[in-house]
Order: sequence, then structure tokens, then C-alpha cells
Amino acid sequence: MPWNIDGTFFSQYRSQLAWLFSLSLAAIAGSCSHAPLDMQKHLQEQLITAKPGAVIEVPEGKFHFDRTLSLTVDKVTLRGKGMDKTVLSFAGQKEGAQGLLVKANDFTIEDIGIEDSAGDALTVQGGTNIIIRRVRAEWTRGADAGNGPYAIYPVECKNLLVEDSVARGAADAGIYVGQSENVVIRRNRSEYNVDGYEIENSENVDAYENIATHNTGGMGVFNLPNLPRQGGKHVRVFKNQILDNNTPNFAPVSLGPIHDLPTGTGIYVMAIKNVEVFGNKIQNNNTVNVFLIHYDTGVGDSLQETASSPITQQIFKPGDTRYYPFLQQVYVHDNDISGGGKSADSRITVMKQMADALGGSLPDILYDGRVDPAWPKKGANAGQICIGNNGAASFLNFDAAGGMKRPVRDLKNYACTLPALPAVSIPSVAAQISATPNGAIAR
Amino acid sequence: MAQGRRFEHLLPGILLLVMACLATVFVGCDSGLHRGVHLFLEEPFPKKLSAWHLFAGAANEGHLTPNTGVLPYDLNTPLFSDYADKYRFVWMPAGSSAEYKDDAPFEFPIGTIFVKSFAFPVAGRLGEERLIETRLLVRTKSAWVPLPYIWNAGRTEATLQLVPDPVRIRYTDAAGRGHDFTYQIPNTNECHECHDNNKVLQPIGPKARNLNKDFSYRDGVANQLARWVTVGYLRGAPEPAAAPRAAKWSESASESLSARALAYLDNNCAHCHQPGGTAGYTGVDFRLGHFDAARFGVCKHPNSAGNMGERRYDLVPGNPDDSILVYRLESTMPKVMMPQIGRDVVHAEGVALIREWVTSLQGSSCGNVAPR
Repeated sequence: MPWNIDGTFFSQYRSQLAWLFSLSLAAIAGSCSHAPLDMQKHLQEQLITAKPGAVIEVPEGKFHFDRTLSLTVDKVTLRGKGMDKTVLSFAGQKEGAQGLLVKANDFTIEDIGIEDSAGDALTVQGGTNIIIRRVRAEWTRGADAGNGPYAIYPVECKNLLVEDSVARGAADAGIYVGQSENVVIRRNRSEYNVDGYEIENSENVDAYENIATHNTGGMGVFNLPNLPRQGGKHVRVFKNQILDNNTPNFAPVSLGPIHDLPTGTGIYVMAIKNVEVFGNKIQNNNTVNVFLIHYDTGVGDSLQETASSPITQQIFKPGDTRYYPFLQQVYVHDNDISGGGKSADSRITVMKQMADALGGSLPDILYDGRVDPAWPKKGANAGQICIGNNGAASFLNFDAAGGMKRPVRDLKNYACTLPALPAVSIPSVAAQISATPNGAIAR
Repeated sequence: MAQGRRFEHLLPGILLLVMACLATVFVGCDSGLHRGVHLFLEEPFPKKLSAWHLFAGAANEGHLTPNTGVLPYDLNTPLFSDYADKYRFVWMPAGSSAEYKDDAPFEFPIGTIFVKSFAFPVAGRLGEERLIETRLLVRTKSAWVPLPYIWNAGRTEATLQLVPDPVRIRYTDAAGRGHDFTYQIPNTNECHECHDNNKVLQPIGPKARNLNKDFSYRDGVANQLARWVTVGYLRGAPEPAAAPRAAKWSESASESLSARALAYLDNNCAHCHQPGGTAGYTGVDFRLGHFDAARFGVCKHPNSAGNMGERRYDLVPGNPDDSILVYRLESTMPKVMMPQIGRDVVHAEGVALIREWVTSLQGSSCGNVAPR
């Protein structure tokens, strides 16, 4: 072979050969690169290119992301190795307002921690058949007005399960469920948030065996006007522990009405009907353990003090003809309620006035007594608020509409019962459990 | 030996042939074989921008000389994108045209391609630019599809990347101002955040009011709407004088303060802040031609803004420092900043315009604005 014999070839054509050689190397390197994995890019690519049915496993470790991760593909499972072992950290986030943003159906996320996002940690928007399981969503610096509003934030979802999860540090709510239907929220822990749990404008919701502690308020069940989905109802809140929710309210004023949630609120139920609150342990919430109110008591009155914009009125005031601001058919029974109301939040005028009038402390169950004059049912309990078997829990209807002139302490007008609400069933979750061999519960 | 010598003589040619074949495989050097734009209407979309043949001649050298039928355009007031220079083109298949609309993006035919390239000045080289990315928006049979192509270091080719890497940008501009930041290129999911309305991806820029301006074409200056009609890309359009026209945000000599501010808000905010947009739920609507003080946030509480300090209202007439609108435009902190994506630095001139406009507004101080 001549180029081997005279040795001139290599010097003559070295540049071409080198080029050819490097080209081959590049082709090899491109096909099987072992550069350090950029998890942000890698995981986002997996989420974009996932096919329905994909299970995306995230390994153990703490991975840093500086922009929102997002998913729009249906039927994807995102799974880590444990809420404290697989951590998606958004500390120092540069772009995007969420940690993980999901706009997809049939989505399951489990065994993952999400930390320190700029805005909400986990948002699931408009999905059917959503499972959030053993997820920890947290701001690691603790309570701070600069934390994101919501830790776990499914909104406009159907068939939604949130279980065995943990939320900490949210400047609005740790675990929020809004404008959704067929929802089970169970065995979660929510602490050091402004609100532990919020169930907003949602229908057919079971919230049970959850813990809410060291939040500003433990759990809210309510409807707000001017959201696309109206008419939230049928909510059961049972066997929860709502304890020591006395963390000073740290919501920034720009977050709206949550800024005025009284520090030391246990459970509040506002502007909704068909709510059953039973078997809960509700203790040591320093303003009030159970707060049953009309929209104006919770939100509208404080807005009247500050808002002069017609659009604010439109958004937060019930000019929305679909909106119903009254509380109706709420049954509070068989709860273990004690130790609350010892030092009401003096920021909130109505609370301070009442506490002052009552010698410093508030009763366990406070009802504002605002009833719809148009209701056909008249009498002392037109709103059908039924309260029974709550041990020695004290009560006050503080007659908000009548300027607190006719307060009622006696429970006898409220010693009614309401039919038990049916349990929520989520077909997709039931199917998943029954598909597990040997009858084992898929967990 | 004679045989060997002949072989040696042929060798460079053979080698070059091998290299050429390899080059075809690796670089895709088929440009020049096809004259017109190549249209791809379904997956898989080409990995290389050159495959679309949107640019003529060498096509792949970053000169962005448009191919036949690829029409350049620009907008009266564009979206601010970190001071990037943006080069926009549109192409439609032969025989098809867009239907004119007064107040919304035109109704574009299947096969329409929008091409937008982003470039930044090169440090120390006056007048030289570095192409970073070219975004395509392609009207397929079922939907608009966003395709981000990222240019290589040599600006010889751009490749499709669903999750592009951020790019460090450093240069000193003509005014002597230093720029040093990380330019985040949106991934394909993020395209939807701005472009979706009622969950349907739409073009944002190509509306009558934005296009209604003169453009320096190679054959002379012409109004863009008129030119689109002439080349057959637009039907049903009125004379430019009868079509809506947005102000040029920076033309303070010829346009009123309010016209410039409203045009700026339209093109920087209204893609989300309108009914059906990502921020439609806030009730704020910044579309030009829909001005309403309340809908622009005057004395309005934000719905769920992040931490705005003690600011309570989106817009306090006469008081930019108390206006959340201004605060968010001046921020680069995620969750606080607006827009939420697609901006990494503050648009100082844009902020100055909005400040001046808010200051000029008369009226309510929004009741008891909290002391600061």
C-alpha cells in the first residue's frame, strides 16, 4: 500500500484525516455522551417528550432547578424515591412562577420533595384523575411573606386524591383544592403555613385524618365569588387534628383576603352549604376553634375598608349573580373542641371588639348569624346550622348583621341534625386499588 | 509501482468523496438542491433549521437572507425581550392567504410559518451581532406548533431543541451601557404560557394594529398591510388608513404618552392579561382598544400576587411607587416580575414610559393606601 510505503500520505493529507477522525469521534460522543447529567434539562426533556403511560423515575438526590418544570402530556407518573430523598430544589429560581406546573390528565406524582420555589410549589391545573401522594412541598426558611402562596395547588381538577403529603411555609395555603370536584384529602400534614388547608369552590370533598398545626389558620372550607366555577358544596371534614394554629399571619397584603385571616383560627366555614364537620380534634387555636361565617364577615367587610375600585368590587364582592354568600346547612358534631379563643388576633377589628366585650376570650364555636332574608324557612335557625355533641364546647352567635346587639349563647336553637353526607368516591383510585393483586391496597 | 502511483493520484479525490458523503450525513448539505421553502406539517419536524429552506443562498450562515416568498416584517411596538434584536418573517403556501381581522391575530392558513430570530451585539465588535435562536411557529392541520431552533457557536446552523440551554450575554451597547446576564430561552411548554388563549396556541404579534406601519423592503418602502395584500398573504383588509394602528412606544415626538403606554402594555402584557389568557382570571385586560381604568388595575387589589411589600393596588393614579404594575416591571425576581417569563433584565426605557404615564394619571389615591 503506497501510503504505507513512502510515508508521504500522512503529511500531505493530515488535515483531512484529522478532520475525518474528529468527525467520527463527534458522532460517537454524540450518541453516548457521559457528560454530567443536567437534571433540569434532562427532566424537562423527559416531561416534554413523555408518551402517555410513561413513568418517569427521579433518582435519590437533591437536584437544583432555576426555572419552572412543566408537564402537559396525559397519563404520566412522576415518581421519586421518597419525599426526603428525592428533592427538587428551586432555591435561587430565576424564571417562572411555579416549581412544577402540570396541565394534564391522569397524572400521578409520588415520593418527591419540592422546595423553595419562587411561587407555588406544585400546581396542577385542569386535570382529571390526579393523584398527589407522599409529596413534600416546603419553603425551608419557614414562615416568610416572600414564600410562594401555595405549596400543593390543584385547581379545576376532577377526581383528585391528595394523600400522605406534607406542606410547610406557604404564604397562603399549604394544601389548597380549588374549583374541583370529587376530591379526597387524607392523612396529610400541613404546618407553618398561613392557612393549613383550603377547600375553595369545590364539590364533593372528603378531608380526613389530616393534621393542621402551627399554621395561622388550620382549615378553611368556603366559596368565593367571581371564580369560573361556583357553587361549591358537599364537603365532609372529619377525624382531622386541628391543633395550635397560632403562627402570626405572614401573608403579604398583596395576597388579598388571606392577609386578614385571624391568627389562631381552627376551622372556618364560609359561604357554603352542605358541610359536615365531625370527629375532629380542634384544640388550642387562640382566636377561635370553629368559625362559621357569611362572606362579608370573612372577606367583604375588610375589603369595604380598603377597596375603592369597581373591579375589586367585581372580583371580590358578590356582584356575581351566581355567587351565594350565605352559610347554610352546616352540621358540626362529635368534635373534641377545647382550649381555644384565649387571645384573639387584635389586628382583626371584629375579633378584638368581641373579645374585649366578652372579657378577653372567645368561645369555641363562633357563628355570625347572618341569614338570607329570602329564605322560606324562618325562625331562630333559618340557616340550618346544626351543632351537637361537641362536649363542653362553648358557643356564640354574635349577630353580625344586627350589629352584635342580640348575641345568642344558648345552643338549643342549633340542636338539630342533618342527614349524613355520602362518602366521596373517586373511580380512578378505586380502579387502581382493585387492580392490585391479592387485595393489597396500592400505597 | 506504476499502479501504486496511479492509486495515490486518485486518493485525494476518493477521500474527498468519502468526506462529502459523511458531511451529507452529519451536516445535511442538501441545501441548494431545492429552491423553495420546505414545509413540514407533522412530526418529526426537522432537527435543523436549514431543512426548511427559509433563507436563501448559503442559507446556513446566519445571514437570514429570506428565501423567495419569505416576507420580513416588524411591529409598531414589540414585546421587550432583553434588548434582543428580533428579525421576523412570514411565509404562506402558494395560493393561500390570511383572513384580515380588526382586533385579533389574523386567521392564517394551514402551512403558515412565522420565523422570529433573536440576536445580541457582540462584545467589542461594533455593529456585529450574534444570532442566538430562531423560533418557528407553524400552522399545522390541527394547531400552531412552536419550534425553537438554537444557533451553534459558528452561526452555521440552528438545531431544534425542546429545552434550550440558557446563554450568557455580555456586551456594551452603543450608549456605553454594559449588559451581562443569562438569557433564558423558553422551552416548548413555556411557549404556551404566553401564546395560549382558552388553551389554543395563537400567534400574538401579527395583528392589524401592530403591522400597520411602513417597512423598508428591498424594493422600497411600503405599508406592511398593503404589501401583504399585494403579495397575496392577506385578504379582506381595509386601506391601511382605515385599519387600527398601535403607537410606536418609543416615538415620543410624534405619539402621545398615553398612546405609547397603552401600546406598550398591549404588546408586553395583554397576551396573558385578556379574557382567555393565562392571566385572564385576574380580571385585568391590557388589550389596546379595550381601555377601561378598572380593567387596567386602577385601585384594584391583585388576586394572588407574590410579595409586593406594602403595595395594595395594581395601579395608583399619579403614584408609580405605590403601583404594583410598576413594581413588577422593575423586578427581575420570579413570581414578582412581569412578564413572568421571557424577560431576564429590566427594560429601563419601558419602565420609564409606564412610570411617566402612571404619574400623569389623575384621580383617586385608592382610599387608604397603606403607609410605607
